[in-house]
Amino acid sequence: MTWLPEASAHAMRIDLLLAGLVVISLAVLGLVFGLMLLNILRFRAGRTTAIARAIAAHKSWRFEIVWTAVTLAIFFALFLWATQLYVVGFRPPAGAIQVYVTGKQWMWKVQYPGGQREINALHVPAGRPVQLLLTSEDVIHDFSIPVLRIKHDVLPGRYQSLWFTADRTGSFRFYCTQFCGLAHSRMTGTLTILSAADYAGWLNSTPASGSLAATGEALFIRSGCSGCHASSRYAPDAADTSRAPSMVGLYGSRVVLADGRAVVADAAFLHDSIVDAPRRPGASFATEMPSFRGVLSEDELAALVAYLQTLSPTLPPSAGN
Amino acid sequence: MSGTLDPTAPQRSYLWQDGTLRSWLLTRDHKRIALLYLGSITAFFALGSVGAALVRLQLLEPGGTILSDATYNRMFTMHGVVMVWLFLVPSIPVTLGNFLVPLMLGARDLAFPRLNLLSWYLFVASGLLVVYGLFRGGLETGWTFYTPLSSEYTEGRVLPVVLGVFLNGFSSIATGVNFIVSIHQLRAPGMGWYRLPLMLWALYATSVIFVLATPVLGITLLLLAFEHLFRVGVFDPSLGGDPLLFQQLFWFYSHPAVYIMILPGMGVVSEIVSTFCHKPVFGYRFVAWSSVSIAAIGFVVWGHHMFVAGTSLYSAIVFSMFSFFVSVPSAIKVFNWLGTMHGGSIRLDAPMLYAMGFIGLFTVGGLTGLFLASLAADVHLTQTYFVVAHFHYIMVGGMVSAYFGGLHYWWPKITGRMYPETWGRLAAGLIFFGFNLTFLPQFILGFEGMPRRYATYPAQFQVLNVLSSAGAGILAVAYALPLVYFTWSLFRGARAPDNPWRATGLEWRTASPPPVENFAETPVVTTYAYDYAELDGRAGPPGTAVGGPHV
Repeated sequence: MTWLPEASAHAMRIDLLLAGLVVISLAVLGLVFGLMLLNILRFRAGRTTAIARAIAAHKSWRFEIVWTAVTLAIFFALFLWATQLYVVGFRPPAGAIQVYVTGKQWMWKVQYPGGQREINALHVPAGRPVQLLLTSEDVIHDFSIPVLRIKHDVLPGRYQSLWFTADRTGSFRFYCTQFCGLAHSRMTGTLTILSAADYAGWLNSTPASGSLAATGEALFIRSGCSGCHASSRYAPDAADTSRAPSMVGLYGSRVVLADGRAVVADAAFLHDSIVDAPRRPGASFATEMPSFRGVLSEDELAALVAYLQTLSPTLPPSAGN
Repeated sequence: MSGTLDPTAPQRSYLWQDGTLRSWLLTRDHKRIALLYLGSITAFFALGSVGAALVRLQLLEPGGTILSDATYNRMFTMHGVVMVWLFLVPSIPVTLGNFLVPLMLGARDLAFPRLNLLSWYLFVASGLLVVYGLFRGGLETGWTFYTPLSSEYTEGRVLPVVLGVFLNGFSSIATGVNFIVSIHQLRAPGMGWYRLPLMLWALYATSVIFVLATPVLGITLLLLAFEHLFRVGVFDPSLGGDPLLFQQLFWFYSHPAVYIMILPGMGVVSEIVSTFCHKPVFGYRFVAWSSVSIAAIGFVVWGHHMFVAGTSLYSAIVFSMFSFFVSVPSAIKVFNWLGTMHGGSIRLDAPMLYAMGFIGLFTVGGLTGLFLASLAADVHLTQTYFVVAHFHYIMVGGMVSAYFGGLHYWWPKITGRMYPETWGRLAAGLIFFGFNLTFLPQFILGFEGMPRRYATYPAQFQVLNVLSSAGAGILAVAYALPLVYFTWSLFRGARAPDNPWRATGLEWRTASPPPVENFAETPVVTTYAYDYAELDGRAGPPGTAVGGPHV
C-alpha cells in the first residue's frame, strides 16, 4: 500500500495540520497511559498509607484550573489553524476554469466550458485554479477527491462550489462519499491532472458540440428567457429592465434580496435563481418568473449559467480554452 | 458468607419473591424492570452484532465476498439502527440506571413505577416494529435517514422503522422523567446534591437530554412520515422542501444523543475508579458539573456534522468553536480519574480493567474528535472510515466498555452471585485488544480516503480491511465470553456478600440481591459520597459486611 499522495499545496497544508493533530494526540495519549501505568505501579492495594491519600485529596482546584486552561488554550490554537484553511474553500479565485459536475444515481457527468463531456472522469490542468460547480439530479451525493484533501456534498436543485489548484500530474480516484443508495460504492471516477500543454491537447482531441456558452445562448432564446430578460445582443438597450432584470453585467454584481441580504451573483446564484426565482426588493414586474425546476435539465442549466457569465465582460472570462 | 436463608434478612430477595411469568411481566419493581430491559437489549445487541459481523465479512475482499450491494446496504443500516436506538441509547440508563437509581438514593422504587413498566413495553413494541421493518422489506438508507434518499428514492420500509424509532423516543422520555423526578424527590434524609454519587449526576444530565432532545427527533420523524404519506413538501426539494432542514433537525437530536450514550458510561467509570482505588473521586464537584456542562454545550454543536453539507461559512465556524468547547469538560473528567488513581489503593479487578479500558479508548475517541472539529481537517476526513473509527472508539470502546464494567461491578448486587474473576479479567483484556485491532486500521483507511458505507472498495485498501475484520472476529469471541460466564455464575457462582468491593454507595448497605423494598429501614446519609474513612470505621470485624471472596 502506498501512502496517499498530495496533489496540491492545499493538500500539503492539510497534512501539516493533521500532523500537528497527531503529535498533540500522541502526547496526550502518552500522558494518559503513562500516568495510568505509573499510578498502577506506585499505588497498588496494600502499598499506600492513609496519609498519602489525605494529602492527595487536598489542593484539587488548582489542578483543575491549570488543566482546564491549558486544554482551552491548545484547543483555541487548533481552532484558528483549521478555520483559516477552511475559509479559503469559500473564496474561489476569479479566473478559475469552471467545470460543471452533475451527480445522479450512480454516476458523475462532467461538462467543460468548451462543450466537452465526460462520465466518471475529470481532466484538469496543473497550475491553474479549477472551480467545480456541483449539483445533483436526485439524492444528495458528495464529491470527494482525497489527493486534494477536499470534498463537498452535492445537493439536488442547487449549486455547490469546490475549487483547487492541482500541482502534480497523474491519475487519482474520486469518490461519492454521501450514501446515495444501491450502487453507492460504484459511483467513483478518475481525476486526471495534466500539464498545461497536455490539457490543451486533450481539449482539442475531445469531441465537443459547440461551446457550453453557445449552447446556453441558444437555450436562452428557445426557453423564452430572452422574451423578458435583456441580453446584449437581443435588446437594443442592454439595461432594459421594463419586464425583468437585465442579464448584462448581472454575473459578479451585488444583488439585494427581499429579506435584505446582499449576495454576489455567482454561478450558484444564477443556477438557483432559474430553478427558484429570487424575490428582489423594489422589483415588481408584470409577470412573475416561473420556476424552471424539472423544465430544464442540469446539463441545460449548466449551459445557461455558462452563457450568462459571458454577459459580464468586465470580469475575466472563465472559459477554459 | 451467609447462605440462602440468612436469618437477619427480613424477607426474600426481589429475584425469587414470586417466580411466575405474570409477576415478572406485570412487575412494578424497578429491579425486575431493569432485568427485563437487560434481557431485551442483550437480544438487540446480538442482532446488531450479526449485522456488524456480516459487514466485516463482506469487506474481507475488495469486490465483496458474500453479500450483494443491496443486502450489504441493508446490513449496515440494520446494524446502525439497532445498535443506536435499541442498544446504545437505552443501555446503561435502563438497566443499571433502573436498578441503581432508587438504591443509590435510598428509596424504595422510582417515582413512577407504572410509567417505568410502560416504558419497557413501549421499548419492546418499538423494537418489534423496527425489526419488522428491517426484515420484511428491509431498509437501505443508513441509520441517518437522509432525505430525499429516504423519502423519494428508497424501496425500503421507511415507515415502520421510523415509527418504531418514534415510539422508542417515548420510552426514553418516560425513563428520563422518572429519573429526574426521583433524583429531586426521593433522596434519603441527609443526601444533599453534593452527596450524590457521580453516577446519579451523570444519569441526571442524561435524563435532561432525553427529555429535551428526544421530542425533536419525534417531530422530525413524524414530518418525514407525513411527507412520505401525504406528499407534503418538507424535506424533499422536488416538492419544494429543503433536504438540509432534515439534517439540521436530525442532528439537533442525534448529536446530544451521543452524550446520552456516553454520560452514563462516565458515571459508571467514576464509581468504579473510586471504589477500586478506595479513594474519593478527585475534584468531585468538577466531575459533577462537567456532566451538566457536557449536556448543556452538547445542544449547540450539532452543526459539526454538516461542515461539507452546504451550510454557511459562519455557522461552520461557530459550530467548530463550540465543538472544541464541549471536549473541555470531557478532558476534565479524564484528568480527574487519573487524579483519583494517584495516591489510591488500586485493585485491578475486572470492573477496574474495563474502566481503565474506557479511559484509554475514550481518550482516543475524544482526541480524534478534535480532528473532526477542526474545519479543514474535517473536510478531508468526514464521511470516511476515520469517522467510523472515531465514533466506535466513543460508543464501543468507551460506552460498551463502561457498560460491561458496570455489569461486572454490580453483578453481585443484582444477582447475589460473584462472577468468575479470572474469566472477567480475560474478557476485559480480549475486548481491549480486539477492539483496537478492529478500529485502529480504520483511522488510516479514512486518511487514505476510503469512504464509509461502501459495499466494494479499491484493492489498495484490502490489507487494512482484513486486519480490521480479524479484530472483529476476536471482538465477537470476547463479547460472547461474559454472556457464558454470567449465565454460569447465575447458578454456580459463589454467593456474594453485601459489599464485596468495600464500596461506599447506599446500594452496598443492603442485601445482595436486595429485598423487594430495597432497604429494611430508610438509610440516613451523614457524610459525602466516597467517604472511605467512615466506611472503614463502620465496617467492623472483617468478613461480616466488607471483604470479598477474592483480593
